[in-house]
Amino acid sequence: MNVLLDNFPEFRDGFIGTVSITAVSSVIALVLGVVLAGMRVSPVPPLRFFGTAWVTLLRNTPLTLLFLIFFFVVPQVFVSGLSPFVLGSLALGFYTSSFVCEAVRSGINTVPLGQAEAARSIGMSFPQTLRLVILPQATRSVIPPLSSIFIALTKNSAIAGAFSVSELFGWQKLMSDRGYSITPVFIWVALGYLVVTFVISGLFRLLERRMEVAR
Amino acid sequence: MSASVLYDAPGPKATVRNRVYAVIGAAAIVALIVFAVLRLSDTGNLDSGMWDIFNYAGIRQNIADAVLATLKVFGLAAVGSVVLGVVLAVGRLSDHKPVRWLATTFIELFRSIPLLITIYAIWVGFLTDYSMWALALGLSVYNGCVQAEVLRAGINSVPRGQSEAAYALGMSKTQVMLGVLMPQAVRAMLPTIISQLVVTLKDTSLGYIILYPELLQTARLIASNTLVNGTYPYVSTIVVIGTIYVTMCLLLSALATWIEKRGRRAKTGIAVAPAAPAGGIDAPVAAPGVPAPRPGGAGGADLARPAGTAATDGTTEPGGDAGTTGKS
Repeated sequence: MNVLLDNFPEFRDGFIGTVSITAVSSVIALVLGVVLAGMRVSPVPPLRFFGTAWVTLLRNTPLTLLFLIFFFVVPQVFVSGLSPFVLGSLALGFYTSSFVCEAVRSGINTVPLGQAEAARSIGMSFPQTLRLVILPQATRSVIPPLSSIFIALTKNSAIAGAFSVSELFGWQKLMSDRGYSITPVFIWVALGYLVVTFVISGLFRLLERRMEVAR
Repeated sequence: MSASVLYDAPGPKATVRNRVYAVIGAAAIVALIVFAVLRLSDTGNLDSGMWDIFNYAGIRQNIADAVLATLKVFGLAAVGSVVLGVVLAVGRLSDHKPVRWLATTFIELFRSIPLLITIYAIWVGFLTDYSMWALALGLSVYNGCVQAEVLRAGINSVPRGQSEAAYALGMSKTQVMLGVLMPQAVRAMLPTIISQLVVTLKDTSLGYIILYPELLQTARLIASNTLVNGTYPYVSTIVVIGTIYVTMCLLLSALATWIEKRGRRAKTGIAVAPAAPAGGIDAPVAAPGVPAPRPGGAGGADLARPAGTAATDGTTEPGGDAGTTGKS
């Protein structure tokens, strides 16, 4: 208990850090993932190839290596002077985008072909088909995997702490450097992450329930 | 390309438009690559000196040692996680409430805590001088919890008639579990188990943070200890090490895909085999005797959603550590 009370400001900063890096990289991952999924299902071969290469490469790269790339290669070769927070969010977002892409793509694939054919045959235009028939159904089947992806992202954000982003793992490291016993530190950090992941899974369950339809 | 939900088979106009998009898209991708290569050569990262370092025997030896160190931890963690997974899965399905409760708590707790937190706590708290064991233990605990959920889903996907028949023959619970349910669960879930092993392999790179000299840590050491033309060869080292990682993961994923295809092909063969001796006596029990080799279809709502079973197009999705949460 003392560990938390004596170091509460640091813990609070760490918790806020975890929440904000999760939020920022979620947005990056979501946007990038949807764009990539669009590429992977598009009728244009080069874009499809790009999407496939991206997903294959990023999914088989350890996240720690990606962090290393963003912290040592990107500043040196592309843009320098970005803060650790931005670099960390980009690394996390890029990594997670490949998972989002696959979830979205398989979500689109779960919509039966007949649905689109029926929509076209009653004279719906392409935007109408997409908006009224395909997307609602695809979204519904994408939500459960997305929930797991974002929970995994929260957990992965711990690695950012090792790359000097202020978040909960950083707090754990700081506390053990200050000589506190590791068990209470571990428990508090774990509780911090549990709060974030519970909120995410709760939000997604809510979303799932709201979009539920009888099948 | 003909059958897609998103668009019709393209007509002449759409074909032309798609070709235009293809050219623009290809140009954009090429431009991106050219830009990256130009920037790399501007900053001197493509100088031959940067890449010559891999010709030194010392550096090659370092990399070989690092690969070995990575594989050693991976081996330990793979065995540890699968064994722990079996124990926890059996514990979760135990008839004794305390055992069930204990296993469930353990799984839920360690599955929701970031792996790095666990590894670091084990390292700092108990195994400061044994970073390899800290890493292997942390990986085993986390991945064991995931494997337990995978196995539980597999066991739940075995038709009830199987265990009923086994009990009817007078088998004990242990015999039923080890002799009847577990083999079928493992067989059904093998692709998922291996996909999770890919995740384990990727996660060995967390050894970087607890200073275990595995591949990534070695890469950093090589890059930060070799000075070429006044710069550190981060780019070349990362390209080489990254290639090794991606190759290792792809090989393991290919194994998963191969086993899955093989399992799907063998399905018919095996489904017939148990049905034949049972023929007529207990047909309805024997008939559904083979669980679907597709993971993810089975366990229903309480399936842990193991790594990337979301795909519905028949591909295994290896390398995904996304699906390790699913609070049922």
